[in-house]
Amino acid sequence: MATEVEDTLKRIQAHKGVIGIIVVNADGIPIRTTLDNSTTVQYANLLTQLTQKARSVVRDIDPQNDLTFLRVRSKKHEIMVAPEKDYLLIAIQNPQET
Amino acid sequence: MSEPEKKEVSEKEKETSKQDEKEKDTAQGGKKSPVSGKAKPGSGKRSGTPSKGNKGAAEKGRATPKGNTKAKTKEDVKAPTPDPTGEGEEEEEGLPEGCVPLFMSAKSQEIFGCTCDVDVTEENPIKVIMKADIMEDFFNRAAVCDFHPVKQAVQDFPSDEIVIVYDPDFKFGQNFYIAITEEAKEKILNPFGPEGEGEAGAEKEEEVVYKYIPPESKEWVSHGSEKEIKEENVVENRRRIKISARRIRKEFGAPCNFQDRNVADAKDAYVECTAYEDRTYDLKKIELDKSVQAVPVLVEEGTNTDWRYPRNANTQYYPREFSDKEKETIEKSTDLQTFAKDMVPRFELALQQNEIMDVFYIDWLHLGDADGSFGNKADNHLKEYQSFTDLQFSKDRTITAIQWHPTIKGVVAVAVAEKLSFDERIDNCAKVIMTPSLILIWSFTDPIHPQLLLEAPDDIYSFQFCPSDPNIICGGCYNGQVVLWDISAHADRLKQQRGSNRNKKSNVLPGFEDPNALKTPVVRYCAVSSIENSHRAAITDIQWVPDHMELNRMGVPQENKGLQCCQIMTCATDYCVLVWDTRPVKGPGQLITTKETDKGPKNPIGVPNTFKHLDLSWKPVLKVTLHKSEPGGDHSPVKFSIQERQGDRGSLGKATDGTDLSKEAAMGGGFYTKPGSGKDKRTLQSVKTHFYVGTEDGEIVYVDWMPQKDQDTGKIQTPKPDFYHAIHDGPVNTLQRSPFFKDVVLCVGGWTYTIWKESINSGPILQSSASTVKLSAGHWSPSRPGVFYIAKVDGSVDVWDLLDKTHEPCMTQNVSPVPITSLYPFPVSQKQHLMAVGDTAGTLHILEIPWSLRQPTANEYTGISNYFEREVKRRAFVVSRWDFREIEKRELEQEHKRKMGIAPNVQLSEEEIEYRQKQEYAAYIDEENTFLRELGLKDDDEPLPET
Repeated sequence: MATEVEDTLKRIQAHKGVIGIIVVNADGIPIRTTLDNSTTVQYANLLTQLTQKARSVVRDIDPQNDLTFLRVRSKKHEIMVAPEKDYLLIAIQNPQET
Repeated sequence: MSEPEKKEVSEKEKETSKQDEKEKDTAQGGKKSPVSGKAKPGSGKRSGTPSKGNKGAAEKGRATPKGNTKAKTKEDVKAPTPDPTGEGEEEEEGLPEGCVPLFMSAKSQEIFGCTCDVDVTEENPIKVIMKADIMEDFFNRAAVCDFHPVKQAVQDFPSDEIVIVYDPDFKFGQNFYIAITEEAKEKILNPFGPEGEGEAGAEKEEEVVYKYIPPESKEWVSHGSEKEIKEENVVENRRRIKISARRIRKEFGAPCNFQDRNVADAKDAYVECTAYEDRTYDLKKIELDKSVQAVPVLVEEGTNTDWRYPRNANTQYYPREFSDKEKETIEKSTDLQTFAKDMVPRFELALQQNEIMDVFYIDWLHLGDADGSFGNKADNHLKEYQSFTDLQFSKDRTITAIQWHPTIKGVVAVAVAEKLSFDERIDNCAKVIMTPSLILIWSFTDPIHPQLLLEAPDDIYSFQFCPSDPNIICGGCYNGQVVLWDISAHADRLKQQRGSNRNKKSNVLPGFEDPNALKTPVVRYCAVSSIENSHRAAITDIQWVPDHMELNRMGVPQENKGLQCCQIMTCATDYCVLVWDTRPVKGPGQLITTKETDKGPKNPIGVPNTFKHLDLSWKPVLKVTLHKSEPGGDHSPVKFSIQERQGDRGSLGKATDGTDLSKEAAMGGGFYTKPGSGKDKRTLQSVKTHFYVGTEDGEIVYVDWMPQKDQDTGKIQTPKPDFYHAIHDGPVNTLQRSPFFKDVVLCVGGWTYTIWKESINSGPILQSSASTVKLSAGHWSPSRPGVFYIAKVDGSVDVWDLLDKTHEPCMTQNVSPVPITSLYPFPVSQKQHLMAVGDTAGTLHILEIPWSLRQPTANEYTGISNYFEREVKRRAFVVSRWDFREIEKRELEQEHKRKMGIAPNVQLSEEEIEYRQKQEYAAYIDEENTFLRELGLKDDDEPLPET
């Protein structure tokens, strides 16, 4: 049921200031996106690496622990990443717009 | 006993022995053995035969010392050296006496039986050879014989046995040496001889009873010591040196006067004492501080990589992507579905947090915006930036107008005029005519020399750069003429960077330099209006009509297709405002001018032909005369202000279409194109044809420039002003629209300033109280809606901030010691606003406007527009109060008059009179009735008797 994913994206997109959402697999290959291709590829590639690194940090500190959510606040945006075993969900929000 | 002493002694011994031998030889002579000759009478034994050699010598040796004390001492001396080394030592010293080195060849060694290291060895070196054998060898081998060098010695040898000694070490040069005397032979053969004798002597001494013999004085024998003593004596061995010094007699006893002098003056005045090593002083180094530090061994190494041939190469990569089909399958996978479902709450939490509040918002950063107005004291005054004055042209003359160059930054033009009143001017007419009237164009790059001088027929009181082409400048003369300049040829000069036009040596051949290259070029005007059609008074204000509109002969604003400024408005105190068109007039005159331009420039050198068609024949297209609404004179304008602004194209959109587009496209604008007929052009309906005029008498006149048909005379002329207010107590000197509100006008005149809003005709929305000094100029701030600058004749500049306070300036700063005539703030760049201030001394001051005065505060525009609205409301209230007061006043007056019993001097109509009489009669009846009722003469019930 593709609609489940579709619904999720719509729900997130409905929030104020959300610029884009990307679904990426574990290898950093985008599956679904609401952004243009080049931006998507860039975000997917860079954030997959960052998330892997962040995850290894959390796990190295405590092997029982795991990363569940990553928020990167920049001057312009806030990037939110939710990592799971096989997939990554990335959302970009402009907090000033809210 | 030390070694040298021993040697000495042994030598002495030898010497004495030799002497002895000699004595003996002389005594006994010839071939007698010296031993025998030596024999003392007391010796017992005696060798009879000298041939006995060794034996005899031994005997003799034993016998010789006997009875001789000297010999005894010799024995003692010899005694400690009994070993053969003693001999060796002696030999080392030199060849023993009477010996000669001898070389024996192997053959000779064989013949004589003395083969080296066989017959003779180092231990036993001595070999005795019979003299006869040698003689035989002489005979056999003659010169080859090894004994040949000593042949004579051998032949003379007294005994038959000759001794040779093996010298294995070649101490004396050969492998053998030969004893050629008997003594030497003895010595070699029997070196121990004396020893044996000594022993024998000792034996003898024991036998002899020691008897004391008193020492006898002996004759002194010289041993050389007297020579030493002699040498020690000091004796004169040469003549003594005599020196005599002389001095002049009169200088004897005179005091000496020592003074410095140069060392080099006299030849031997300077004796140098150089350092040298003192050999008498010798300090041995005993102790030494020393340190050693271990450092790593320094290694130098290098590597060199192979040089590869550089090659261009590129790679291209692309991100991995799923195909649509793959995406679909992934999306359908339950993994992703559950993943998406799980993720949503987390995202919503985060997103909502951001929506509710921006937690990273830094309040401090946004705090400063509110109160940036006058917080910092250090940065709120006008800073002197530069000042310009030209000793020749502008000193002691007054600056009448200032204009910044619209496009080139840092270029400002000023008009200067004589500081004379009208009467003085007439008195000094000759002088005034002779001095050139100029506009000076200054650049910040050169504060001493103006970049350009614009020459005018008479003093310029106002001028302006053309907004669409800054190389065109229009100016208004004191004599009423309008002048045009074209500085296109010198535009580069203005654009040049710092001082380059002064220092440069351009590519000119030597000797052909232009002597005027360094002089400021003077630009002659290229057109001037005809005197008869010009103003009859000094032009006090001049302005280019904005480039999007033009006025036709009827004063109707029309579209200007070329978007080039081509019309000029001027005003002078001859009661009119004129509009001039720079384009050639239609008709035959134009053809002639074009022909003339084709022929080439007939103008004075360097004057472009841009406006040749206008020169001296220029007429205004529109004349706006300013009649007063009531009879009795006209308004004499000095300043005016129209609402349309350069660059504001808003009114174009609302133009009514008068023609089709194809015709419009064919039309061109610019200075040379003919003005199109009125029908071809769209009328700009939204342009307000009313404009403000400030007069010499301090009035503000609001008038429509469009002429209308006068109802009385039927003539077409400017209508009467909508209103005018004589509100200023002196001539108006500034009338300027706010750069932010095009309906707000600042008017400065006399001792006050006023702010007007268009459509409010009842009066100004703000009027200042009278200043203590006269105001000479004013200008809105180009960047802050609520700020304007007022210049005063005491040389100071007031800064007014309407949002700060309106009853007094927020800042007053003195700029010049003499009255200021004009000022012009200008935004040179985003970060630099400069204000040009001109004074009556001819100095142009450039002041830097501080940050607080150029940076608008937050919402300043809204604040100030709200303020104006409030003032408008107040004005409306004032008007309503005026009406109220008027009615009230009238009522009071009436009341007063009635009380005084004076009929109102108002003419009443008949009906009114009748009505009033009726009212009076009714009042009388009423009064009568009440009176009768009181008296009881009249009953209420009783109807009134019929009259």
